[in-house]
Amino acid sequence: MTARPGTAVWFAQHESRLAWRDWLAMLTAGRRERLWKVAIAVGAFVAIMHAVAYSLLGRFAAAPLDKTMLVAISASLLLSWLLMVSQAMESMTRAFYSRSDLDLILASPVAAHRLFAVRIATIALAGAVMALPLALPFVDMLIVRGGLRWLGAYGVILAMGAAAGALAVVLTVALFRMIGPKRTRLVAQIAAAVIGAAFVIGVQVVAILSYGTLSRTDVLQSDAVLALMPDIGSIFWWPARAVIGDAAALVGVLTTSLMLLAAVVAIVAPRFGEYALAATGAGSTAVARARAPTGFARTSPRRALRSKEWILLRRDPWLVSQTLMQMLYLVPPAVMLWRSFASGGGSSLLVPVLVMAAGQLAGGLAWLTISGEDAPDLVATAPVPLRFILRAKVEAVLGIIALIFAPLIAALAIAAPWHGVVTGCGVVIAATSATAIQLWFRTQAKRSQFRRRQVSSRIATFAEAFSSIGWAAIAAVAAVNLWLAVVPAVIALVLIAGAWFISPRERAIAR
Amino acid sequence: MISFPPFALEVRGLVKRFERPAVDGLDLAVRAGEFYTLLGPNGAGKTTTLRMIAGLMRPDAGSIRIAGIDALADPVKAKQITAWISDEPMIYDKLTPREYLEFVAGLWAVEPPLAEQRADELLRWLGLAANADDRCESFSKGMRQKIALAGALVHEPRVIILDEPLTGLDAGSARQVKTILRERTRAGGTVIMTTHILEVAERMADRIGVIAHGKLVAEGTLAELRLQAGERTGAGASLEDTFLALVDAEAQAA
Repeated sequence: MTARPGTAVWFAQHESRLAWRDWLAMLTAGRRERLWKVAIAVGAFVAIMHAVAYSLLGRFAAAPLDKTMLVAISASLLLSWLLMVSQAMESMTRAFYSRSDLDLILASPVAAHRLFAVRIATIALAGAVMALPLALPFVDMLIVRGGLRWLGAYGVILAMGAAAGALAVVLTVALFRMIGPKRTRLVAQIAAAVIGAAFVIGVQVVAILSYGTLSRTDVLQSDAVLALMPDIGSIFWWPARAVIGDAAALVGVLTTSLMLLAAVVAIVAPRFGEYALAATGAGSTAVARARAPTGFARTSPRRALRSKEWILLRRDPWLVSQTLMQMLYLVPPAVMLWRSFASGGGSSLLVPVLVMAAGQLAGGLAWLTISGEDAPDLVATAPVPLRFILRAKVEAVLGIIALIFAPLIAALAIAAPWHGVVTGCGVVIAATSATAIQLWFRTQAKRSQFRRRQVSSRIATFAEAFSSIGWAAIAAVAAVNLWLAVVPAVIALVLIAGAWFISPRERAIAR
Repeated sequence: MISFPPFALEVRGLVKRFERPAVDGLDLAVRAGEFYTLLGPNGAGKTTTLRMIAGLMRPDAGSIRIAGIDALADPVKAKQITAWISDEPMIYDKLTPREYLEFVAGLWAVEPPLAEQRADELLRWLGLAANADDRCESFSKGMRQKIALAGALVHEPRVIILDEPLTGLDAGSARQVKTILRERTRAGGTVIMTTHILEVAERMADRIGVIAHGKLVAEGTLAELRLQAGERTGAGASLEDTFLALVDAEAQAA
């Protein structure tokens, strides 16, 4: 059934259709014949997650309602909610800065604010929808083992999505008004990254300082924290109580969140078009200028390529925000490192953290420099052999990794020389592996497509993730006993070699 | 005594197949200092031909010689003296025009003082001096195309290959581009260009090649093309009439 054109329902149908097709394209990389494979993979994932949830949450399902339980649930909700706010801020920023159908909508005789209201609500609810596949196995297992009272969790997820969306819209619009459209793009992306990471990092830092461990549970379940918390009858616990089936709390949480979202939509929707127009026009009104010219530097083609990559990476707002997030995640290990100077212990925990961070950052940077080439024709028609071009790009990636991680490794080496050596080797191997995988599976894409890079090659995505996690685990083992790490390292090398073997580039050469 | 090859570009038996032949045994010879225009209907194989000449795509068969250099055997040497510009100017949004030209000069290993002097001249000539230190992200398509052109000229190429360079340009920008290309041929450079704007081919080209179904179906000056079109067109026929007659004849023959 199709609603009357121009109504909010009609716009909602239009938006749902676009969102559904976009989501399908993302999952199947534009190939519909892959749909059944994706369905099987999603089904297998959900089944495995149900098994994991069953073993993890069994003891909580029928646990008595006390402060410890409420703290655990509230902390999980707060973490998820901050991630939802972060995601919604990203979506909102994208909605502002992507021109897409804006001209069509604003030039048409329909009431555009209805579409914008639907669009804002979609952003808010998308957070809840995206959280569902992850939450579903855990909630299902809690229902199975603890009864139907846990059904309230689904209502809380919806409420969290609405509240997160509302806050994200308020924050983005506030930034827009305070610092203008040009700077909002970068600042909003950084703010989104910081908000998403802040809670985890904050609790970890407290855990390290108080207990000398990276475990968040130690802090949250400590007597000191429990003593600070209000009584279990307080409104503060409403979201947690709603999760475990307190109907009054659930109604309260849902009503508050949905009313908040409705108010934000009512206020912002009529101005959405104006903001979006200002955002898309930001490029032509505010011009970023570079440093005053200092003359052309003497350079070689390789150096020119490296230097170009570094300038582009430095000026990439997405990368700046993501790198900042990576750096934020390095704050707890850095605090741990600082603490281990005093106590002389705990540095072994840093080894896998640093190695994994290096692998992940290198993978992202490698995609941007190798595949995300905005002027492929120019580089391809330059009188420089392809191997030199690729080598220069790899050097650009590894140079940045060295710049970021060398000080941390040096500090670690002073505190614990063996751990420093293992971390140094691990960082080099993880960064090189991730870069090599991006090199083997390179495609031709615009840098702006970075967000969807996983779509182009799932094998590359899995191989890169496996490589970072694998080398981190191997480094952790090697930090304790080098010989124990030999066998897993060989397995990791064999699997990376397998990725090389099935990479498209190698098939092309074989032909 | 230094001997110069008679042709800036010689293409023999060029073949490229995708699902069907895109270029099918194409022969082409362009003299040094010539302004050569390739015309053809959509899907005729013009862009594929130029991309193979520019070294962006490897042919399935055939040979390409640029100023006597075998471009397939020694692509780096051939690229040293060529420049490529596509219809969609691909430049870096986050670089300024000066930074872009410095980067291009670095790729072609042009001496920095010379490159800087040329860059300044080109930016002034193209009316971009005032924007030389602004990032390209705020530029219009015309400005981007002019920067791409400046990048192509900063290393003084002997052969310039352009695929629809005037698409989307306003009249003023299009004239500037045409003037610069004409200047290059007067200075001894060779320009090989595809265009859909027949008036440009008619007014600027020394010779015109008509390509259809991946083959060169006619070639020559406008007068020679009229002769080849024969009785299908009348005396004093426009290039449009001549072009359509030649393409129709090929379609009927195929």
